[in-house]
Amino acid sequence: MTDIRATAADAETPEAVLDIPANPPRRALGLHREIDRVWRNAPGWWGHVTAVNHTSLGLRFMATALVFFAIGGILAMLIRAQLATHEGAFLDTELYNQIFTMHGSIMMFLFAIPMLEGMGIYMLPKMLGTRDMAFPRLTALGYWCFLFGGLIMLTALFFGVAPRDGWFMYTPLSSAEYSPGINADVWLLGVTFVEISAIAAAVEITVTILRQRAPGMKLTEMPLFAWYMLGTVAMMLVGFPPLILASVLLEIERAFGWPFFDVARGGDPLLWQHLFWLFGHPEVYIIFLPAAGAISTIIPVMCRTTIMGYGAIVAAVVALVFLSFGLWVHHMFTVGIPHMALAFFSAASVLVAVPTAVQVFAWIGTMWKGRPQLKLPMLYILGFFLTFVMGGLTGVMLAIVPFNWQAHDTAFVTAHLHYVLIGGFVFPILAAAAYWMPQITGRVRVRGLGEAAFWTILVGFHGTFFIMHLTGLLGMRRRIDVYPENPEWVWLNLTSSIFGFVMAIGFGLFLLDLVLQARLGQRSPRNPWRAPGLDWSLRLPAPSYNFASLPGPRHLAGGDQVALSLSRGQGLLPGAPRGTRELLVTGIGDARPDHVAILPGNSHLPLRLSASIGLFVLFMLAGLYWLTLPALALVAVLIWVWGRGMAWGADLPPIEVAPGMTLPVHVHRRKTLAYTGAICLLVANGTFFATLLFGVAFLHVVAPGWPAPPMGNEDLGSASLVAGAVVALGLGTVIARLAERARLAGHAVSGPAVAGLMVNFLALGLIAYLAATAMDDPTRHARDALRGVLAGYIALHALVVSGFAAFAVDQWRRGELTPRRAGCLPVWRLWQDYSAAVALITAAVVILQGAGG
Amino acid sequence: MKRFAPLAVPLLLAGCDGPASTLAPAGPVAAEIAWLWWAMLAGAAAISLLVGVMIAMSFGPPRETSTRRWTHGWGLGFSLVVLTTLLGAGLWVGERILPRDDGAVEVRAHAFMWGWHFTQPGEGDNMVETDGTLYVPVGQPIDVIVTAEDVIHSFWVPQLAGKMDAIPGRENVMRFQVDSPGTYRGLCAEFCGLGHAGMLFDLVAYEPGDLPEALLPNEPAEEGAND
Repeated sequence: MTDIRATAADAETPEAVLDIPANPPRRALGLHREIDRVWRNAPGWWGHVTAVNHTSLGLRFMATALVFFAIGGILAMLIRAQLATHEGAFLDTELYNQIFTMHGSIMMFLFAIPMLEGMGIYMLPKMLGTRDMAFPRLTALGYWCFLFGGLIMLTALFFGVAPRDGWFMYTPLSSAEYSPGINADVWLLGVTFVEISAIAAAVEITVTILRQRAPGMKLTEMPLFAWYMLGTVAMMLVGFPPLILASVLLEIERAFGWPFFDVARGGDPLLWQHLFWLFGHPEVYIIFLPAAGAISTIIPVMCRTTIMGYGAIVAAVVALVFLSFGLWVHHMFTVGIPHMALAFFSAASVLVAVPTAVQVFAWIGTMWKGRPQLKLPMLYILGFFLTFVMGGLTGVMLAIVPFNWQAHDTAFVTAHLHYVLIGGFVFPILAAAAYWMPQITGRVRVRGLGEAAFWTILVGFHGTFFIMHLTGLLGMRRRIDVYPENPEWVWLNLTSSIFGFVMAIGFGLFLLDLVLQARLGQRSPRNPWRAPGLDWSLRLPAPSYNFASLPGPRHLAGGDQVALSLSRGQGLLPGAPRGTRELLVTGIGDARPDHVAILPGNSHLPLRLSASIGLFVLFMLAGLYWLTLPALALVAVLIWVWGRGMAWGADLPPIEVAPGMTLPVHVHRRKTLAYTGAICLLVANGTFFATLLFGVAFLHVVAPGWPAPPMGNEDLGSASLVAGAVVALGLGTVIARLAERARLAGHAVSGPAVAGLMVNFLALGLIAYLAATAMDDPTRHARDALRGVLAGYIALHALVVSGFAAFAVDQWRRGELTPRRAGCLPVWRLWQDYSAAVALITAAVVILQGAGG
Repeated sequence: MKRFAPLAVPLLLAGCDGPASTLAPAGPVAAEIAWLWWAMLAGAAAISLLVGVMIAMSFGPPRETSTRRWTHGWGLGFSLVVLTTLLGAGLWVGERILPRDDGAVEVRAHAFMWGWHFTQPGEGDNMVETDGTLYVPVGQPIDVIVTAEDVIHSFWVPQLAGKMDAIPGRENVMRFQVDSPGTYRGLCAEFCGLGHAGMLFDLVAYEPGDLPEALLPNEPAEEGAND
């Protein structure tokens, strides 16, 4: 199995079941005008506000992330200036602490994550052969949340109230007692605001990869970059909820005094560390995988061959996804973990190097197989190899517990993580930029400047960080601003600082190269690298709609002929004859055409929704807690309006996508893109809930301040309230099914929908009554605080499913629910089932905890 | 340190001295870890060189090469052999430096923002409390019980052993031993706010028969606690 893609292409004949005839050719220019009119952004600055197109937003994500990279880089230079001498008086300690905290937070949350999201959003539809992401308005919402969250954090830095407890925000240092003021809240609320965009991107990238691949592009044959992104977003769906939960809990503790991390009241600071690193370690691979995807794409092109070991690489990606969730504790080797656990996590941390090694050797094997050409992208890839291999090796060293005990929290780790992140992310991104810039700008770069930038960055980087390993071994701790007692570190730090500025100059040259290329470069030919794949069969720069007609099974290899045939409308679903944004939805595994989805057009709703979320965040920051309620109401109203935008008032005729092939429109399908998206969101939500239960169990078993004080009102009354809420939500699942059955039979849906609304309201009322009368003061002990959170979580879900039922009533009233149109009912049923399940589990956990003392 | 000098390359060690250097060990625990480091460094250098040569050799005309040799041979086989060896060495060293129930001298280190409070045995069974300086006898295993008053700190004497975090609500134990009398640099290794950089302490190691003045009972202010 040297190369699945190649062998599959050879063996096309035996089961060429998916043969779709070509549409008649048209004039390419006329087709372009017809379809561009429908897909392009509105003119002027308003067009930027309402844009939902993935090409515009992907670029905007990446450009904004680059700006944050520059800001984070400037902060790094301030740090290096402070550390250049042993009694640096350049910054005071307070400011220094804010700056290193913001450097880490910006690079992680405002540069790396948005950059990889932008890369996925920009590239995937082009590689998979579709016209946009699954949920264009969600792309825009994600962008605005990222921008506003980032601006809140930057504004705080500008006014000197930025977070200052380190990017890891360990409690109790970040608690209200030891970090008064809004600094820590800026981090908790700002980062969580930004993470909305991570969850949004993860959901829609998953759906896009699973259901929008060109017909015939099987999951097992899709471009490796898509596999890498699929692994990435799977990790994001499971990795970000623990961070969001931790941030929510800490913010509740800071704002309302509910103890989760306070030892005196049954909390435990280690709970924060577990939740944080449960996110934080997968995070490293979340950042690395997309970059590795770019490498797997670029190396074969630069070596004029195909990738070696497609199957082995996919297996390695899947292995990384699973393994990366088993080794978060290696950030916590010094907290006093039992020795058996240390050995287990040490072994897991070592093991994770194996799939990485498989990839690295597959890449080197690919280079042996082909003829490597030293063009600029290849230079950056060599820089990647040099840097990342060393970072990986020091990573393995740090997985060895005794050595970790010495090196932990020293400059050695600073060096290691920069080798991994700059080696494993920044160098590949620079390679990707050099490789894909012609597609983005439609121009060829200016000669020489890129090479100069590469060498300056490479020399600057290794000059800065190589000796930092030694600095750490000589005992220099992280996060100190002066070291008056250790003059022996001065020459090391001074060297690092000087080369740090060299590296900064290199990045400046890189930016200059980008700008010059965009402004002055000559027009690029259509496929400058003569690369295979659909992403290079576009006009340059990429048009708003990507493909004038969509590629089918015969177009997957790409190339000039394919490009010509697609631009002349010979592929599927040519043009935009109905004046709507249309694309093909296909099956998850085999990519058979299933239906045509009509996507929403340009809209300012994403901006309004994210602004109202931003309003909520600002009220929380200002401590105006009562004002957050109207802000949340506004958010709910806008989500309703959003949902209304997905509703259809009339039946739509089927669409002929190719001669003899007619497909229904998504409104007549039950399993739409939105349905798959709802499942993805519930996966993230379920992880959030599971992590919350982990918190309950962890504190109960491990935290010092237990058992909890006796419960005040544990009687039959409160037990029946809990049982009533569970039964009501469970009844809702039956009712949601009855509603679908009534719809299919052509009966009135109003009856079940109203009944659904009533039971869900009943559940909400019972929980509210329970909270008001029978629950212990949540500020008393962590157990009571966690019960408060659980009750709030179930109440929120009762509210959401009430919303779905109300939406169904409204859709029935408007005549949008017919035997042929399912409306919101399938997704309501998903959420109702989920809500009933979590209510039942919560009740069981509370009972078990009560029985266990 | 001289005891272990033959293990590593003395020339390399020359630049590795310093009051906070993990590469200038002054006790068996730190020496074991330093030895592990030099071994890992040698291995890492060899692997880097190997990968570098492989990449250099890839430049040239295309050639036939077996996929399995790369993905299974090098990717799985080679990496598993190296990693298993390393993990074994790590577990072996880890096992040797663990605290065990063998009647080691027990001292307490209590961290606060931003300083250290120590409790250590003085004359006889007398426990003596001190601020900013920890006194321990040489040549005996010491178990330090690390606790925290307010936020998380971390107890670290680079020349003697690794770190142990001081976490509110917990008692963590770490073992070390000092080879020769002298004063060693101690640090707080976990970021703990404004005073973190200056949160240092001294560790004074003395010959068991030669108790330092601070531990003698003639200073009533520093005497008494018996927890």
